[in-house]
Amino acid sequence: MALMRGPLILITTLALLLMAGLAQAAAIEVRDFDDPVLETRYHDITASLRCPTCQNQAINDSDAPVAGDMRDRVYRLLMDGRADIEIRNHMVERFGDYVLYNPRLEGRTFLLWGLPVALGLLGLVLVGLLVRARRNASNRELSAEERARLDALTNRERTE
Amino acid sequence: MNHRRLLLLLPLAGFLALAVFLYQGLSLNPFHRESALMAREFPEFDLATLKAPERRVDRELLTGGELTLVNVWGEWCPECKREMPQLLDLAERHGIRLVGISWKDTREKALGFLEEFGDPFEVNIFDPDNELAFELGVYGAPETFLVDGDGVIRYHHTGYIAPNDMTETILPEVEKWR
Repeated sequence: MALMRGPLILITTLALLLMAGLAQAAAIEVRDFDDPVLETRYHDITASLRCPTCQNQAINDSDAPVAGDMRDRVYRLLMDGRADIEIRNHMVERFGDYVLYNPRLEGRTFLLWGLPVALGLLGLVLVGLLVRARRNASNRELSAEERARLDALTNRERTE
Repeated sequence: MNHRRLLLLLPLAGFLALAVFLYQGLSLNPFHRESALMAREFPEFDLATLKAPERRVDRELLTGGELTLVNVWGEWCPECKREMPQLLDLAERHGIRLVGISWKDTREKALGFLEEFGDPFEVNIFDPDNELAFELGVYGAPETFLVDGDGVIRYHHTGYIAPNDMTETILPEVEKWR
């Protein structure tokens, strides 16, 4: 009996996982497109919009009701012949910047986009300054005093 | 020489500043965010009311000069039930006008909800297909919008209005825009 239980649990678990997977797939509808370009655009847009109720899921990947409604809206707007940017703006106007996985470059997001660039430049400048300082240090001639001290340390007599 | 030593601490100082900044971010509530509709006009709509299917209401419901709290609710939403005592208090004790949006519900269930938990609403807009709520960017019930007398959205409360939210945010905001 005890020997039987192990495989049984494994099989049950696998079956449940499979069912969960099917349920997940069933929750996201399949849409038919006559035009493959529209289909690609649909997938691109729904992959780039974040579901407002989920922590980190695109609307094409979520079975939350609001994500489904947003996919419907994207589909309808695409069928109406609207441009990608119009559709994204349509969503931002309602659900806020939060839905954009790729935040727009504007006053409020200046720090977000600008800081990595600024830090990179700062790093380059620092490295440049250090390299220059080192090079100058090694090229500099010794003063008479320093030379005398060096001679003393190395016990060398100057002949000239 | 001492000055140069101090300069070496600069990257560490920068790192610490960044660490403090990012650490603060960890304690932020990711569900808290401003409504995209703040200071914008309440969207256009044309929908039936919950109690009288033949009566239709539109945006003019909110442009009559009176400040209104618009509450999005559903029978299926447990937090909405917990919120009802606060809404009843707002309507009855503070004399605030409340308009409900009955969201993604059937008439039967929504009416049953009002019977069981009380009805603080002057009128309920019936929105079973997420038409108006989508325009408002609603992504979960309950949500509450404060709309001024000209139909402009002035405040947005996401989630349940707890008893302490009444004195901390709702009533001060109502006073501010009345």
